[in-house]
Order: sequence, then C-alpha cells, then structure tokens
Amino acid sequence: MEFKLSEEHLAVREAAKDFAETRLLEGVIERDNNRVHPTEQVKEMGALGFMGIMTSPQYGGSGMDTLSYALAIEEIAKIDASAAVIMSAHNSLCLWAIEAYGTEEQKHKYLSPLAKGLALGCFCLSEPEAGSDATMQRTTAIDKGDHYLLNGVKNWITNGGQSEYQLVIAQTDPEKKHRGINALIIEKNWQGVTIGPKEDKLGIRSSDTHAINYTDVKVPKANRLGADGFGFKLAMQILEGGRIGIAAQALGIAAGAYERSVAYAQERKAFGKPIAEHQAIAFKLADMAVDIEAARMLVYRAAFLKDQKQDYGYASAMAKLKASEVAMKHTIEAVQIHGGNGYVKEYHVERMMRDAKITQIYEGTSEIHKIILARNILKGELALPL
Amino acid sequence: MKILVCISHVPDTTSKINFVEGDTQFDTQGVQYIINPNDEFGLTRAMWFKEKNGASVDVINVGGPETEATLRKALAIGADNAIRVNTPAKEAIQVAKEIVSVIQQNQYDLIIAGRESIDYNGGMVPGMIAALTGMNYLNNCIGLEIDANLATAIREMDGGKETVTAPLPLVIGAQKGLVEESDLRIPNMRGIMMARKKPLTVMEPQEMSEQVTSVSFEKPAPKGDVKLIDPENIDELIALLHNEAKVI
Repeated sequence: MEFKLSEEHLAVREAAKDFAETRLLEGVIERDNNRVHPTEQVKEMGALGFMGIMTSPQYGGSGMDTLSYALAIEEIAKIDASAAVIMSAHNSLCLWAIEAYGTEEQKHKYLSPLAKGLALGCFCLSEPEAGSDATMQRTTAIDKGDHYLLNGVKNWITNGGQSEYQLVIAQTDPEKKHRGINALIIEKNWQGVTIGPKEDKLGIRSSDTHAINYTDVKVPKANRLGADGFGFKLAMQILEGGRIGIAAQALGIAAGAYERSVAYAQERKAFGKPIAEHQAIAFKLADMAVDIEAARMLVYRAAFLKDQKQDYGYASAMAKLKASEVAMKHTIEAVQIHGGNGYVKEYHVERMMRDAKITQIYEGTSEIHKIILARNILKGELALPL
Repeated sequence: MKILVCISHVPDTTSKINFVEGDTQFDTQGVQYIINPNDEFGLTRAMWFKEKNGASVDVINVGGPETEATLRKALAIGADNAIRVNTPAKEAIQVAKEIVSVIQQNQYDLIIAGRESIDYNGGMVPGMIAALTGMNYLNNCIGLEIDANLATAIREMDGGKETVTAPLPLVIGAQKGLVEESDLRIPNMRGIMMARKKPLTVMEPQEMSEQVTSVSFEKPAPKGDVKLIDPENIDELIALLHNEAKVI
C-alpha cells in the first residue's frame, strides 16, 4: 500500500490551489453576500480544463482520473465552496452521464461544448415532492412516437439558471414505476422551458440554484440518454459518482476552515499567549486534524476505487457521509476558535459554516447514506477493506 | 527563434527556513518547491514569444531527480523540451558551466534566467553564462521585445528605467515586471497531461571540482516585541530611537 500522490496528482492539486488563491479568493465574500454567480471564474475554470476534467480528450475534456477531480474540488472548496459545487454538479452529474451512456451524436453535440467549458450543464432529478424519495417522479415525459412531451417541475437545481443543457429525469410509463423513468437532454432555450427565480440560500449562495418548469416541451427521441426505462438506474449511478465530488467539496470546506483556524490560533493572543497554546483551542485543532485526515482518506479511496473500476458505491457513500459530517462539525469549531471575529464575514469561517450544511443534504442526505450503508451491511454486501 | 529558460528549483516563498548538520545544510524537511519566481517571469515572457512568434522554448535545470516536478510544471505551462543536468547545484560557476555546455550543443537565440534565485540569492548565473558564451547580457529586465535579430529591453534602474537594444544572441536577467504577477500562468489540465509525454532529457554533468564551499548558514536574529509608547510621551520615543534603534 502506497499513500503517495503521483507527480500529476500533485500538479493538479497545485494548479487548483493556485487558481483558487489567485482567482477565487478575491470577491468571494461579496459574491456570497449578493448571490453573484462566479461566471468569469467558471469560464477560466473551463480554460484550465476543470470543467471537463474527467471527460475524454476526444470530446474536449482533460482525460484525468477521479482522484485528480477530487483533489481539484478539494482545493477549490477550501476557498469557494460555491465554485466547487458548480464544478462538481457539472462534471459528475451531467458530463459523466453523457459520456457513459450518450450516443456519438449526443457526445459531439452536447458533451463537447460542456467539457470545453463553453456551456454549463445541470442534472434535474429533485422535485417539490420527490427529494430523497426519487422514485416518486411527477414530471412526465409522454411518448408521442417521434418525441416525448415533457411536463413538470424540478427543484433545487444547481447551475439551473446558467446551464445551456439540462439532464432531466422524468416518468414515461407510471405503470412500470421506476422502470418507466427516462433521462432526457433538454436545451435551455427550447419552448416550454422556464427557469424559476434564484433561490435565496443559507450557504453556497453564489452557486446558481433554481426551480425549472417544463410545459409541453417537445423532446426529440434522439435526446433520450440510454435505453427506454433506464432513467432511474442512470440517476442512481450518477449520484454514486456525484457523491465523490460532494465529499471532496465537504472535505475542502473542512480543510479550508481548519487551515484558517490553525493560522488564526497562532496569531491571536489571549491571556498573554497565542490561543493555540491554550489547551482548549489546541485540542480543537487536534480533533479537526484527525477527522479531516480520516475524511480525506475515505474520499481519496472512493476516487481510487472508481478509477480502478471496482465497486465504489459503499466507499463513496462512506466518504460523503463522513466528509459532510466533519465539514459541519469543524466549521462550527472554526467559528468558535475565531471567537467574535469568526462571527463576522471578513474572516470567512462563518461562510464556510453556512456552506457546510448543504453537504449533509444534497446528493443524498446523511440519513439516506446511512440507509444505503446499513442495507449493504445487512445484506452482507459491504465490500472488504482494501 | 530558439529560447532557453533556466529554471531554478527553489523552496516556496512561504517555507520555514531551517538549517541542519551544524548549520551547514538547508533543512529540506517538509519544504515545497516551486519554479524560482524570477525564472517564472522569464518563462511566461518566453511563452508569449512562443505564441506570438512561434518561438520554441526549452527549459533547463541543473539538479537531482527531485527537481523534475518543477521542470514538468514548466512543460505543463507550455515549454517544449526540458533538460536536466544530473548533478546537485552547488555553486554559480558550476551551474553556469553546465548550462553553457548545453547551449554550445544547441543554437539558442535567447537565454533567459532569473536575475537571481530566491534561495541562495547569488545573482551570478546569467552573467556567467554571458561571459562564458560571449553573448550580450542585459540584467534586471522589466520589458523585452524582439524584432528580427534585435532585442529592445527595458532595464530597471535605481529610481528609473533604461531602454536598451542589443542584437541576438542574448542573455536576459529576468525579474518581476518582465511580466506582471497576474500574467503568470496556471498550468491547465491538458498541459499537465501533455507534460508527461514531452521530452525531459537527462544529461550527465561534466567533471568539475568545487571552488566555493558553503561553510555555514545563519538566520537573522528574531525580531523583538513591538514597543508601544504613549503618544503623549514623545521624549521616551526619541530616547528609544536614539539609544536602542540608533536611527536618530
């Protein structure tokens, strides 16, 4: 067993760190305050190859592995968790599915501009009444022979307002239940597609979250991804991989708050010495370091298993569960370490605390992940440790 | 146009500096390495010539295998070839002679080296390269244009600037201003992938005996605490400035 990143992995991490520190840090507080999408920065992320990081170079992507993706998201999330989720949702919820199951035509038409960062993509699964219970799709895609007629509402769509292309999950045949669900590629400017107002969120405020309404949208059959009825299975596969991105985002938020806390605790003095020399604070730092490193190992391992083409579902569930819990717990501690300064925006950690909360909710809540893991345990299917 | 950019592999500017073995060796424990910033300004300007004028850009480092990650970063940024002379960089004349030996095997029009590395701050290598090759040498460059065979450079001087021209081949001592910090490039993902396939040639060093040997290193004395003086108490301030700080 070798716990060592390759030279390329280190180079990706360094590039992402440089990008985050030089391009994302400036204005991050204002973007959060005013819900401003980092459009210019996302364009630059496209030029640097982050917006198609795992997509094959054949379609304009960077052709890197999942571990590179996780390392980049982690570094970006240390500075700006909103930019990290924009990248994560785009890559693992939209591009991955088109590359894995798209036709050549779909890949050339949609994947290529997405991977080059010329267009943004999103994944539309959640509905007002179908969150964790994703089988309860009310959005319908009725088979009309040469096309589907799409009607319904999708909720909490990350990148919803900015995405040119949307991957929409909808029910075609309710009698077949989840086997009657399809995944369709929708273009934003098609007739009947209406983007709802931007959500006013607790955290990740500069990421662009909207409801999207579909009213009698005609979707060519050629825009269905995979076989008829494959939509639900596809959605579950997408989420399995997507969790690695969110786990890496949560890890980055935690690590960013930790790094700020370590620096602050050495600078800030109370009772005549740096607060890091008071055991109450020193112990917090130690707890943070251990938890973050544990989360990091889980995240990297899930990415590694995916790259090895091994079963990674349980590993990504564990990574997402642990990393998001660690992010929440330790961003709260980071605010505590920063004291009064932690409660004001200038010191960043209050934003990180607000950003952390969503990682326990989206792409499968912590509770859903426990259900997934418990089912695997009780079926005796939890894979052996490496 | 063929450009050679000399790349020093130096500790990151935020590294904690410590010495070991009786203060004779730099402690490399936990230190991250980067492209020497002055070299990076030069490399970035070289990339500009590559993109505008189709120049080819080689990068060279004199150092052990641990410096290859730094050379690969230069390749990821866009250099075409990398050369590593396989010997630890010990002193300026040794580094310069190794680089000159590579220059003599290739017809370079322009050699760019940072005016100094940020680790040992010798500031001698570009001048030595110029002397050993007989090329023209312009140091402290904060601007460089090339038209056919003529280079026009802007040099930073104390309190001003000088514009000079010189024919190629030429050695340039690069520094901040040759490009701005905001022009420095982050390697893109495709560049990182391509860097793996670009040639990185390892050359064996010449036989050389060491001329200058480091005997010991010493860190500056730690700064004392800040003394706060009551604004009403000007006499104390003057006394301290006179007796302790010895500035008045």
